[in-house]
This record gives sequence, structure tokens and C-alpha cells, in this order.
Amino acid sequence: MIVHSIFFYFFSVIAIFSSLMVITSRSTINSVFFLILDFISVGCLFIMVGAEFLGMILLIVYVGAVAVLFLFVVMMLNVAEQKQSWFIGKKSTHIPTGLIVSVLILLELLVVVGGWKYKEDVMSSSTLILSNVSNTHQLGLVMYTDYILYFQLAGVVLLLAMIGAILLTFRERVGVKKQSYINQISRNPSSSIELVEAKSNQGVKVDD
Amino acid sequence: MIEIGLGHYLSLGAIIFFLGVIGIFLNRKNVIVILMSIELILLAVNINLISFSIFSGDIVGQIFTMLILTVAAAEAAIGLAIIVIYYRNRGSIRVEDIHGMKG
Repeated sequence: MIVHSIFFYFFSVIAIFSSLMVITSRSTINSVFFLILDFISVGCLFIMVGAEFLGMILLIVYVGAVAVLFLFVVMMLNVAEQKQSWFIGKKSTHIPTGLIVSVLILLELLVVVGGWKYKEDVMSSSTLILSNVSNTHQLGLVMYTDYILYFQLAGVVLLLAMIGAILLTFRERVGVKKQSYINQISRNPSSSIELVEAKSNQGVKVDD
Repeated sequence: MIEIGLGHYLSLGAIIFFLGVIGIFLNRKNVIVILMSIELILLAVNINLISFSIFSGDIVGQIFTMLILTVAAAEAAIGLAIIVIYYRNRGSIRVEDIHGMKG
């Protein structure tokens, strides 16, 4: 039990520190690195608490895909030297309001922790966690039966996101030679071959 | 303090959520950092869902966590695509320069 709590405090301190560094780093690329550290430490917490599958998925999806996507964009847009700094530049009026709202959100979320202790008993559900089945197996048992509709809808959301991202960033370039299938297929001899009488000592004019 | 319970995980989620909201409000320079703050907020929500799922012994919370992961990945892709075309059109993604809607 003591080892468990030591690990919890270790990972959660790293998670909080790195999320603080995400929002305060001077350069954007450092923010991305700390975001990766944050995802990894929270993924370790998930594995520790007993949700192994989601911890691994967090590593694969977030660290492997989302964070790398962020890195790509940061490098592509050349904003790395654009320093990020607070309270500089045009005087902003929404900072005090933002601070008040943020602190209120934190207080409310912390009050929820206390309220959970004095709750009524929650209704029992039919999808209780079994102790003799692994986490991944059990997620599969529930996800592909009771929640198949949501699973499919998640796939549709991903498909739409892919189509949207491609459509948004696609641009037609002018002056680029491309293969045109329809022109290649619809050629016929009458439009592409011309028979010319070549007279002696005069040659043939090409491309006039 | 030694016994790690639900409250510890919920507090961790609350702190990360708070840092994400602070990052959105106080950021003055860079839109990409705002997107990263949104990712932090979604991560905090995932922590809350998983800890409730584990400590109340119900697997459904983890299913919803997977759905949130999906939506977060889609949102990051779309948001970064929007940032890329904005940068291509305007040449800057500083928060101060983005005032086309006079908001």
C-alpha cells in the first residue's frame, strides 16, 4: 500500500508539473514535449489504478499520434521562435475574469470530492468489473455488445475528422504537371496520330 | 494521506483541469498552446471517468473514456488543420492578430 501511494504521488507530481510547464513554456516546442510527458505519466497512473488497456491506448493514441501531429504543425508553421509570454503586448481585459472563473472551477471540482463521500448509494449496474477477467477482455465484452452503436459512431467521427482535415488543407496547385487518367483513356488514333506525306528534301514540320 | 482513494484521483483531475482552463484564458501568443490546453482538459476528464469507473466497480466509465479519446483525436486533427490554413492565409497565428470576427 505504501508503495502504491509513493508511485501515485510520483506520477501525479510529474503530471501536474508538466501540465504547468505546458501552459508556461516560453517556446511552443517545449510545450509539446511537456505535453508528451504529461500524457505518459497519466498513462502510467491509469495502468497503476487498474485500467491497463486505456493506459496503453493513451500512450498509443496521444503520444504516438496527437503529440506527433502537434510537433509536425509546430515545425511546419515555423512558430518555434515566436516566444510565448504572458501579460505582454496589448492590454487584455479578460485576464482577471479568466482567473476568477478558473479558480472557481477548481474549487467546485474539489468540492465534488467531498460531496462524493456523503452520497446516497449509487444504483448498481449490470456491467460490474469482474475480478477474474482481464481489463481488456472485459472492455471488449461490453464494448462490442452493449455499446456497439457508440463504437461505430466513434468510427464515423474519426472518418469525418479525416475527410475534414484533408478538405481543409487541400489546395489546387497551378503549373504542376499531373497525370490525367481520363485524357489518357479517351485518346484514340484519330485524335493522336496524323499521317503526313513527307516530300523528299523538304522534311516534315512538327508541332505547327 | 497514505491510503490512495478516489479523492486523490479526483483532486489530480481537478488540478489538471484547472491548469488547462488557466492556459486557455491567460495565453496571449499562440493558438497551438490553446489547443494543447484543450487536450489537458480532456485528459483531466478522462482521469475523472476512469477513477470513478474503478472505484465504483463499473466498466462503462472506461468505455466513455475511449469515446472521449476518439473525439479528442478528431478535434486535434481538425483544429490543427484550421490553424494550418489560417497560417497559410494570414502568415501569423498569434492570438492578438486573430480578430477577424471582432470578438
